Amino acid sequence: MGELSVNHLLGIKYLKEEDIKLIFETADHFKEVINRPIKKVPSLRDITIANLFFENSTRTRLSFELAEKRLSADVVNFSAASSSVKKGETLIDTVNNILSMKVDMVVMRHPNPGAGIFLSKHVNASIVNAGDGAHEHPTQALLDSYSIRERLGEVAGKKIVIVGDILHSRVALSNIFALKLQGAEVKVCGPKTLIPKYIEKLGVGVELDLRKALEWCDVANMLRVQNERMEISYFPSTREYTQQYGVNKKILNSLDKEIVIMHPGPINRGVEITSDVADSKQAIILDQVENGVAVRMAVIYLLASKIKK
Amino acid sequence: MSQKILLSEKEVHIILHRLTCQLIENHMDFKETVLVGIQPRGVHLANRIKNFLEKDYNIPNVQLGHLDITFYRDDFRRGEKPLEANKTHIDFIVEDKNVVFIDDVLYTGRSIRAALTAIQSFGRPKEIELLTLIDRRFSRHLPIQPNYRGRQVDAINQEKVKVYWEEVHGQDAVYLINN
Repeated sequence: MGELSVNHLLGIKYLKEEDIKLIFETADHFKEVINRPIKKVPSLRDITIANLFFENSTRTRLSFELAEKRLSADVVNFSAASSSVKKGETLIDTVNNILSMKVDMVVMRHPNPGAGIFLSKHVNASIVNAGDGAHEHPTQALLDSYSIRERLGEVAGKKIVIVGDILHSRVALSNIFALKLQGAEVKVCGPKTLIPKYIEKLGVGVELDLRKALEWCDVANMLRVQNERMEISYFPSTREYTQQYGVNKKILNSLDKEIVIMHPGPINRGVEITSDVADSKQAIILDQVENGVAVRMAVIYLLASKIKK
Repeated sequence: MSQKILLSEKEVHIILHRLTCQLIENHMDFKETVLVGIQPRGVHLANRIKNFLEKDYNIPNVQLGHLDITFYRDDFRRGEKPLEANKTHIDFIVEDKNVVFIDDVLYTGRSIRAALTAIQSFGRPKEIELLTLIDRRFSRHLPIQPNYRGRQVDAINQEKVKVYWEEVHGQDAVYLINN
């Protein structure tokens, strides 16, 4: 087991292929740990981690918190809704105040793209980006790739289509970086209004027809339409979106192969995927959640090992 | 770098047979006993002992697990090199069992300390014993002693005791290496 090439996890963009390999190999060990009768190791007993969530989250926050606790780190939680941020404190001041209480690592979700990078330049702690606006969500991309690797054996050479709201999705961008880095083929699919203009520059294909995309792929990663980030209307109605880009059992059964269905959550059942698809054997949505804890344990463990005594 | 042979292939085999017999004396049919090889180097010795028990002494179904102690070590973030984890493979619960830890060399005792913590994740054993091929005397940092020892060795700190196994290194032997 080597070392990560980075001191922070700000985005997949900054990682090398070997980093991802190392994270996955470490996550394999932690996956075994979290399936033991006692799911806890004492590695990080002298590390304190602050979870700063300036934006709502259920899954990611719980997953990070569980990962930290299963590594025996001390954890403090902070959410912007109940903090002095509302009183006008700046991000750096907030974080420096928290760091004065001897915190070694910060896990941060923030509505502004680049918030993690900005913070990493100004504070003395290891930063993990848990989602920054529509920019990156590196741990989600890592657990997605880890789940593909678990289901299909490897990521290299596999065909993955990301369906839905690509424009507002940090999951899409991080996934594109991660999948390309590991040698997968990637296409995006969705209404033209929700596909960024220069997305092809990242080396991904664009497919506007859902059926063609599904026929092409081994894995379909279904994204949620992020209504909260939309200031204008990008498609006529949710019903029309579902008709064109919603995956249901009928369309899956009509394909001549069994593709894997993924979803980063939260699911809008009946919009991007129907309930029978979400609950089918083809869907690995709950595996993704389980793997999320193991992958986040690996990321935190590897970053913490670079914090010298 | 110079190296001196401590145990030849023949000596290793005689010792392994003796250690196996000592285990049988205390554990008889191994119904309530499980063997746990400590990763990475203890597992070869543990596999050998299980083989001896089953093939030479006709004791079937000896339970053997491999325990990795990386995440339980007390030197995380303290060394120059990153710690390397190995696979843990324990598909049984150790609750109320007699556990025998098996490692190739007992030196400072810190690995065994970590193993004592790690095994608790799999239940509360009735009793834990330690079997080791080489016991480096006068070098313990903790009050830990083996119940079964192959050979006691006096070595200074700069020296390394290395155990070679046929299935990995092409020969069974123990060397004292001086850097």
